[in-house]
This record gives sequence, C-alpha cells and structure tokens, in this order.
Amino acid sequence: MKAFDKLSSRAICLPLKDVDTDMIIPAQHLTSTSREGFGKNLFERLRAASSDFIFNHKQAQGAKILISGANFGCGSSREHAVWALMDFGIRAIIAPSFSDIFANNAAKNGLLLIRLDTDQVSQLDKQLCDFAGTLTIELEKQTLMTSGGARYSFDIDGFNKERLLKGMDDLDYLVAHKDIIKEFKSRQTIFLNKDAS
Amino acid sequence: MARNIIDKIWDAHVVKNHQEGPDIFAIDVMLLHEVTSPQAFAELRQRGLEVFQSDRLFSTVDHSIPTDLNRENPNDPLAKEQIETLRKNVAQNDIAFFDINSGNQGIVHVIGPEQGITQPGMTLVCGDSHTSTHGAFGALAFGVGTSEVGHVLGTGCILQKKPKTMRVNFQGLPPANVFSKDVIMALIQALGVDGANGYCLEYSGKWIEGLSMEGRMTLCNMSIECGARAGLVAPDDCTFAYLKGKPYAPKGPLWDQAIEAWSSLVTDEGASFDREIDLDLSNLKPMISWGTNPEQCLDIGGSIPQLGDLPEAKRVAGKKALDYMGFEQNQEIAGIPIQWAFLGSCTNGRIEDLRIAAQLIKGKKVHQGVTFYVVPGSEQVEAQAQQEGLTDIFKEAGAVVRKPGCSMCIGMNSDKVPEGDRCISTSNRNFIGRQGTGSYTHLASPATVTISAINGKITAAS
Repeated sequence: MKAFDKLSSRAICLPLKDVDTDMIIPAQHLTSTSREGFGKNLFERLRAASSDFIFNHKQAQGAKILISGANFGCGSSREHAVWALMDFGIRAIIAPSFSDIFANNAAKNGLLLIRLDTDQVSQLDKQLCDFAGTLTIELEKQTLMTSGGARYSFDIDGFNKERLLKGMDDLDYLVAHKDIIKEFKSRQTIFLNKDAS
Repeated sequence: MARNIIDKIWDAHVVKNHQEGPDIFAIDVMLLHEVTSPQAFAELRQRGLEVFQSDRLFSTVDHSIPTDLNRENPNDPLAKEQIETLRKNVAQNDIAFFDINSGNQGIVHVIGPEQGITQPGMTLVCGDSHTSTHGAFGALAFGVGTSEVGHVLGTGCILQKKPKTMRVNFQGLPPANVFSKDVIMALIQALGVDGANGYCLEYSGKWIEGLSMEGRMTLCNMSIECGARAGLVAPDDCTFAYLKGKPYAPKGPLWDQAIEAWSSLVTDEGASFDREIDLDLSNLKPMISWGTNPEQCLDIGGSIPQLGDLPEAKRVAGKKALDYMGFEQNQEIAGIPIQWAFLGSCTNGRIEDLRIAAQLIKGKKVHQGVTFYVVPGSEQVEAQAQQEGLTDIFKEAGAVVRKPGCSMCIGMNSDKVPEGDRCISTSNRNFIGRQGTGSYTHLASPATVTISAINGKITAAS
C-alpha cells in the first residue's frame, strides 16, 4: 500500500448525498478478476447520461481529491468502487459521512476519507467548484488548506492515521499475530458437522 | 453484568483487543462467490500465504452465472473466466464448492442456511453486503470487501472495531397482507438509508417470535439498506427446528451440546443498547419503493410525496428520483403500468416466497405485456418448487422460470430490465440502473409483485 502524507490537487465537487457503489462502478464491470483498470468505468452511467457530468470535464483528469455528500459509498460491498476511484487517480475523499463497508475498503487501500461537518463541506464545495484553486491535505497535521487560504482541521482515528502514513498493511499485521490467532481458534467450540459431504 | 446478544457474540470472538484501533476479530465461517474472491486469492498467492482453515470456507457461483440453460457455458467471456477462476481456486485449496447441477448451488445467502452452515453465535462474513441475511440465525454476519476476504483466507481474522448496538422493538402484529419485506421497507423508510450506519441491529418483539426462518432472513437481509452492516434475531426453537438434520448442522451428542450453547444467546434482562427504536406493525400496509434508494418508499395506497413534505436534507435526492422515475409529486402509485416482474434474489428467492406467489397466481395468467421472471434462490429451492408443483403453476400462468442465481437483482448476466421498462421486484435495491441501464425498479414483497404481474400494474397484496 502506498503511504499517504501530503497531497495538493484541484478537487472534483460532486455535491450528491448517498452516492452508492452501483453508481461508482456498475455491476456489469465486476466480472474482472484483477484489481486494475476499473477507472475507465468509474461513474459510467452518469458520465454517459450527460457530457456536463463533472467527471467528464477535462480538468477532472488528474484531480486527486473528491468532495461529495453524506453517506458516500453506500450499498454494495464491492471493493471495486475503491479500486475504480483510485485507478482514476482519487487519493482522498471529503464528505460529511461514509458508509461503513466503503470506509473499511478505503482504509485497506490507502484511500484517505475525511469527515467534515455538512457546513464545512459546502464551504469547500463553494470555494473549489468548477476546479477553481487547489486544496492541500496534510495528514500528519490533520489539516486542509485551500489555495484561497481557508484552513480546516479534521479528525481521524489514530490507528487509521498511522496505517495511512506508513502505508501499513492489515494482512501483514494479522499474519504477524498468527500464533495467537491459532491458539485462540484452537480453544473455540464450533458446531459445524465435519462429516457433511 | 447483563449483556445484549451482539456483545456476547462479539466478546467471544476478540482475539486481541486494541485500545485505539480495531480488534483482531475471529471469523468462524466465510462464504465465497466468483465476483469478490479472485483478487483475494491472487493476493495470497503473491505473498506466498497458505489458506488458513479451509474447512471453514464454503463457495458457490451466483452473481454472474447465467440463469438460462446455457449456464454451463456463459456467453460473457469475462464471467466465464471468473467462474473458472473460482473453480480453480477452491479446488487448489480444498474448499467446499457447491457447483451448478450439484443439487446444492444457489445464492450464497440462500445456501448457507440450507446447508446448515449458518449457525447461532457464529461470526460469518462474505464479500457481499447482504451477508446480514445470516443474522436470522443469531449469527453475527456482515459483508466485507475483497481485501478482508483475503485477510480471512490467510488468517481467519479481520481487523474490526466493535459496532454500536441498536435494538429494534417491533410492536403489535402486522395484518395478513403485510409480510416481512414490507416490515423491513417500513423500517428503512423510518431510519433512512444511513440511519443505522455504525450499528448492528437486534430485531425483537412478539411478531419475530412467530416469524418463519424465511421471514427472518428477508428482514435481516435488508439491514444493510439502512446502513447497518449486520442485523440479527436471537435463536429460538424455530431456528433449531430449521437447522436440525441439515448437512452441516451438528449431529448426535454435539447437537445437544449446541442447543445448550445456542440457548444462551439472548439479550439478558436489563442489558442495554446504544440506541433503541420502536416500530408499530399493527397498522402497516403493503409497501413499495417509488424512488431510487430503498428509503424512498410508501404504502401502496398512498401518494408519492410532495417534495416540500420531505425533510429538507432529502429534497434534492427526492427531486432527482422523481425526475428519473418519471413521476409527479402527489401522484398515486397504485395502478402504474409495469412491463416486468421479478421474484427471486437473496431477499425473497426462498421456498416460502415461491409458495406465496404460486398460491396467488394459481389458475390466473401473467398480464399480457408483462414478463414475470421467477428465479429460485438455489437448486434446492428449485427442486422443492418442482416437487410441490409450484413450477408448473408458474409456467401455466405464463411466468418464465429460470435457473438459480442472483439474476435480475444485480444484472451481472443477461438478466436485465430493458431501457425504459418498469419492473416490480422482490429484490433489495432500486438504485438507478441496478437492474439494467435506464430501467425503473420498484421494490415490493413477493405477494405484491405477483398480484402486480397478474394485473399489469402496481397493485397491493390484499
């Protein structure tokens, strides 16, 4: 996983609530057996429906920050949604809230999710819409700064922060605990019939 | 100290507590399917890790498998590769696989219970958000992403923070034409699509006690649609009766031991929850979705809301939904013509659902101009439906009976609603394009779907 520290980029503003993972990547693209290449189908239906859709804009190409509405990433558990966003180039998303499974998936891939209150998100939205200016995210300091000089700070839990800063990997962490996991599991009673065929 | 059922199951699975971050959390069973597992197996291989406890892993093909007779040889080369990849992965790692034509293939959330794999007190995950279904058995079951599928494959654990707990107290009993599907839709409407983010739910109340396992599965299945990763029902005699004799259920003395252990899985008197809500069922009516997310629903006798009557935060989404669905504010929803009807999915593709539908359609015809897909949730459901004569009833009525799979719920194979067509569906999500680009979805119970298919228009179950 790539480590995350400081990021400066113009932002894509998508002021929609409840952006679901079917929207982010439609199910017909889930037949791939790899993690790569989903970016070209990111928000496919919305991109097809209107040439004005923000992700169709030239300046969306290369933007690394997405600003969106509450409950971002709801619906299906497909991690492909995170892969598609990251494949497109998104490294951080700012929204009032995120769905639980999406947030978990983001953390596993080094995608930074920043929760701000609804008012702050709309302020950012106003300042940065139509690709005006840039936003700088400093994870270490937990701050955001717009090129216009507006500053915000954000909360993030310590574990997640460290994980992102170090590009730490959950699976390595778990594997390092394999002895206690094995010991724990050997003490458990499980009632699955072993002779079922 | 008095504990609720969620805390009991949680506490029994914490391998290592972490003060600041997530716990190392033991997963007892994982279900695998073709869509969310290939990258996880690849990750393991890349790191040179072995599969841990392959006897706790169970797999099948459901999402992209065609539901027509050509399912041995899917037309879509990518789907075919995905299915073959799963076959290879599970064979190499000695993982139980319920393949097509084994008599046991089906949607993961239908076959887990059928096989007796899903048991009370377990932690169970799958790379699918509707894994909450298994909560019907008093298991703590939730959807995970593909990275976490890999974590369980490699270590039998994931990193997980303890969820908050919420008890949903159902009060009273619903009228006879109101089903489990209507109840969960009413709850989602009340809570909103993000109302239970961060929570695990326990469903309780007198209604639950008399509810079949199929009804409980429908209820728990859609927990995720209000944001809750998991929802569960405490196990009772109904649970035990369902499990007894199932292939993976314990046998002999182990059965008695299991019953004793499972019987302790109840919320202790005086135990607290982070939040409690009540929902009165006595005046509930058959429900239907009008919009493009599962909270946008109403009773079929009602009218589509005026935007001004919605809470302010919901008006923008409401307007977008109205525009997409082609509705006016205040329009009555009953009587709107439909072109498609779908009975199936992990929400409502079980034998009880097919029985309800068959009883209603027996001797009647699917309306001219409506295509009614009946897709059994599993090969066992399919066989049972044939044996009970339900399949013949559907066919005589003019419905199209397909082979088992997720089908039109997710539209990953050729089972799609064509652009511009309206479908009444027993599935779980009415997101834009979910059933096919440019299609319109209305979620409802099997009874409402069947009656609407007969009438050719949205009609409440009576």
